[in-house]
Amino acid sequence: MEFPDDVRYTKEHEWLRLEGNDGVVGITDFAQDALGDVVFVELPTVGATLSQGQTFGVVESNKTVSDLFAPVSGRVTAVNHVLRDEPERVNADPYGEGWMIRIAFSRREEVDALLDADRYRAFVASEQPK
Amino acid sequence: MPRRTPLYAAHRSLGARMVEFAGWEMPVSYRGATEEHGAVRECCGLFDVSHMGEIEVRGAAAVAVCQELTVNDVSRLRIGDGQYTILCDERGGVLDDLIVFRLGPTRYLLVVNAANTAADLAWMEEHARDGAEVVDRSDELALLALQGPEAETILRRLTSLDLRALRPFAAIEGRVAGLDVLVSRTGYTGEDGFELLAASGEAGVLWDGVLEVVQEHGGQPAGLAARDTLRLEAGLPLCGTDMDVTTTPLEAGLGWVVKLGKDSFIGRAALAEQAERGIPRRLVGIELAEPGIPRHGYAVWCDGAPIGRVTSGTKSPTLGTFIGLAYVTTGAAAPGTQVEVDIRGRRLPARVVDRPFYRRVRREG
Repeated sequence: MEFPDDVRYTKEHEWLRLEGNDGVVGITDFAQDALGDVVFVELPTVGATLSQGQTFGVVESNKTVSDLFAPVSGRVTAVNHVLRDEPERVNADPYGEGWMIRIAFSRREEVDALLDADRYRAFVASEQPK
Repeated sequence: MPRRTPLYAAHRSLGARMVEFAGWEMPVSYRGATEEHGAVRECCGLFDVSHMGEIEVRGAAAVAVCQELTVNDVSRLRIGDGQYTILCDERGGVLDDLIVFRLGPTRYLLVVNAANTAADLAWMEEHARDGAEVVDRSDELALLALQGPEAETILRRLTSLDLRALRPFAAIEGRVAGLDVLVSRTGYTGEDGFELLAASGEAGVLWDGVLEVVQEHGGQPAGLAARDTLRLEAGLPLCGTDMDVTTTPLEAGLGWVVKLGKDSFIGRAALAEQAERGIPRRLVGIELAEPGIPRHGYAVWCDGAPIGRVTSGTKSPTLGTFIGLAYVTTGAAAPGTQVEVDIRGRRLPARVVDRPFYRRVRREG
């Protein structure tokens, strides 16, 4: 299970990587592993405005459907259209080619309040059964 | 506490992800459902399906009891034959689907779904009569499924039984990996394959012995997730999901199983009446025109009106398409009919297609 240090995390198992005034968002290695093989990803359109915690799409495996929650507020500046045809990239490379959206965030303090890798790792451990 | 099969420790040591299913803690996948699915289609997969129930009916009246309880014609079975059949209630609703094997002159073994074992047993005991004994053998028996085009080649390494001569649904008792096993040419994947019924206490040795040869041939253990996508591609309904007491075998497209011509059986009157008056809805295959998974309970629309509901769906690992099973009104059941599936508020275009979605290429010789 990978918990890279160059991204921030949410308790909903999304990650955000700072790139200038934008944040690139995806789901974590833990999330993709729990979902199983991802078969469909539904993403918002570029220009959509999101509030922190708002549903911005769904990720679907054969097992289940999960909502995607905006880790921060802002405007969507790009979406990873490749996932429409190759949703399996979410499993293969959750922190890289499996990215989902880019957000021009509006509140820096929301970014700063996200979990770092150590805290997210501890959170995941606390959620594990046994 | 969920129950565990005799192979629980083996699954854990293989790194399986475990999940609760029908009251059992079962392996949902080992290395990934898609990979396991592909292994079964291209080579071979080994499943633990020991959660399934085994109920034996024996005695002079065994055949009469089985005839009364099941919709197919048990009297056709010779010793060693198996048959797909259904338990219906008086209204023709589906209580369970199962395979019945004739083990001896007056011995029949019914292999039933795990979720229904207790209810089936109670139902069968209620309808047993003098001269027939109903025995739950579920705890003493373990069941493995060896499935895929390489299954026969693999099993031949482990037994001297004449597998080539074993026809679909037939069963034969003999030694496999040095153990006493009932081998049947059955499965739930749409591939050639076998199911191996053995004593629970010997399940671990059998699993290890078979798995070793499976892996030598490039196959792998496979879990419930792959089993579900495999059966769905093959168009096989899942009892409790695609069929239940509110649906009849005729609606599910299983009219070929229902032998209305045989003597009285439970549900016969209701099914005969439905056959006579017309079957109002049909279980059909649907294929979506856009990405999305039709899930159990989603509404199906046609010409602006709701005409049915989805019972199962998946992204087909083999075909790459988004497929499902749905009950639709008979008027909308013809292949090619354009419909829509309401996926969480979005109506996605789909069409009715023939079942199965996937049909194996039969190998000669």
